[in-house]
Amino acid sequence: MKDVKVLGPGCKRCVTTAEMVQGEADRLGVAVTIEKVTDYAAIAGYGIVSTPGIVIDGKVVHAGGLPKAEDIAHWLA
Amino acid sequence: MTTLESKVGQEPRTAVWLAGTAAFLVAWGLIYAQLQPFSKWAVGLLPLESGSHAAEAIEFFVYDTPKVLMLLTLVVFGMGVLRSWFSPERTRALLAGRREGVGNVAAAGLGILTPFCSCSAVPLFIGFVSAGVPLGVTFSFLIAAPMINEVALGLLFVLLGWKVALAYLGFGLGIAIVAGWVIGRFHLEGWLQDWVRNVRSSAAEIPSSTVTLVDRLRAGIEAVVDIVGRVWIWVIAGIAVGAFIHGYVPADLLASIMGRDAWWSVPAAVLLGIPMYSNAAGIIPVVEALIGKGAALGTVLAFMISVIALSAPELIILHKVLTPRLIAVFVAVVAAGILAVGFLFNALFT
Repeated sequence: MKDVKVLGPGCKRCVTTAEMVQGEADRLGVAVTIEKVTDYAAIAGYGIVSTPGIVIDGKVVHAGGLPKAEDIAHWLA
Repeated sequence: MTTLESKVGQEPRTAVWLAGTAAFLVAWGLIYAQLQPFSKWAVGLLPLESGSHAAEAIEFFVYDTPKVLMLLTLVVFGMGVLRSWFSPERTRALLAGRREGVGNVAAAGLGILTPFCSCSAVPLFIGFVSAGVPLGVTFSFLIAAPMINEVALGLLFVLLGWKVALAYLGFGLGIAIVAGWVIGRFHLEGWLQDWVRNVRSSAAEIPSSTVTLVDRLRAGIEAVVDIVGRVWIWVIAGIAVGAFIHGYVPADLLASIMGRDAWWSVPAAVLLGIPMYSNAAGIIPVVEALIGKGAALGTVLAFMISVIALSAPELIILHKVLTPRLIAVFVAVVAAGILAVGFLFNALFT
């Protein structure tokens, strides 16, 4: 089970990012729990400045803009 | 991209993208060259007396709409590609160790280049302050980012010439640097919202995935879809207003209100601009028409900058991290800077 956090105040890109991660996980058959982190202090705590950001199993893998599908697959592998 | 194998694998795709970009640029140039003859021909078909108010207004609209949209597309694409070299995380790392002074200058410059969407403004602010970027330096960044709008810069360059564009860039940077520095001198850290001061942040190690040339071109296209897709309606509205001014507003009336002799027009333009919320892309066609009618450049730019840089929605977003007192200081300092720029432009450009 991979623990995925999508960081962002809740704008459209953040929602799309969460959907992309879920879609890619379904395609690869990887079990994930996706949690949206909208609290500014919590977002800053991860050290990222631009949203949406992605944290997988406690590690920041992405910040700023929509991720690429092939990158998501790589992170989930 | 490190091994020979992966390079060979990417080459055909890169070549296709480069050829596509080149073809797009050539087509752009060919269409652009035909715009003026086309609009003359199209307006000629209408049952309008040439030289009449309506003909003047419609000619302006028919020519300017495709022209501004095409220029906008090109500018946004170029900026999207350029910005793929900068990220907010990198900018923060660059600024974190800076002292004020040098830091303000660097922050203002990076404010133009670093891409971030408006919903990122608050995380950005908190991220900067909590990583030890001085408050004044953070403000230089936050002021420069919206004020020196790349779309406005590009459109001014093409519609009003390089001198005006350069002056806008120079004065915009000047305001951001000086205003940030002044705010830093006041030591207003205590005027941040309480929780902001308590945020601790670590510097994230974001594994940098290789960014290829194709990725950069793609970033340019994404910027076009995102920005042009959002602002085209503002552009058309702005051109309609510009066309009306161009066709119907008497030049001497406008010159008496917004001309160089009316000293009060600069503060009036700033006061008028703050509550308005528009978009750089929508304001520039209006600017073009106003200047064509004898309005003073400083007055018009002061209006434009106060519309772009001091908008109510932005202030509401900032309210989450800044106390009302600090917002008031921010508005006052930036407004003073805009006033100074307006008067200076009016004195410099005749």
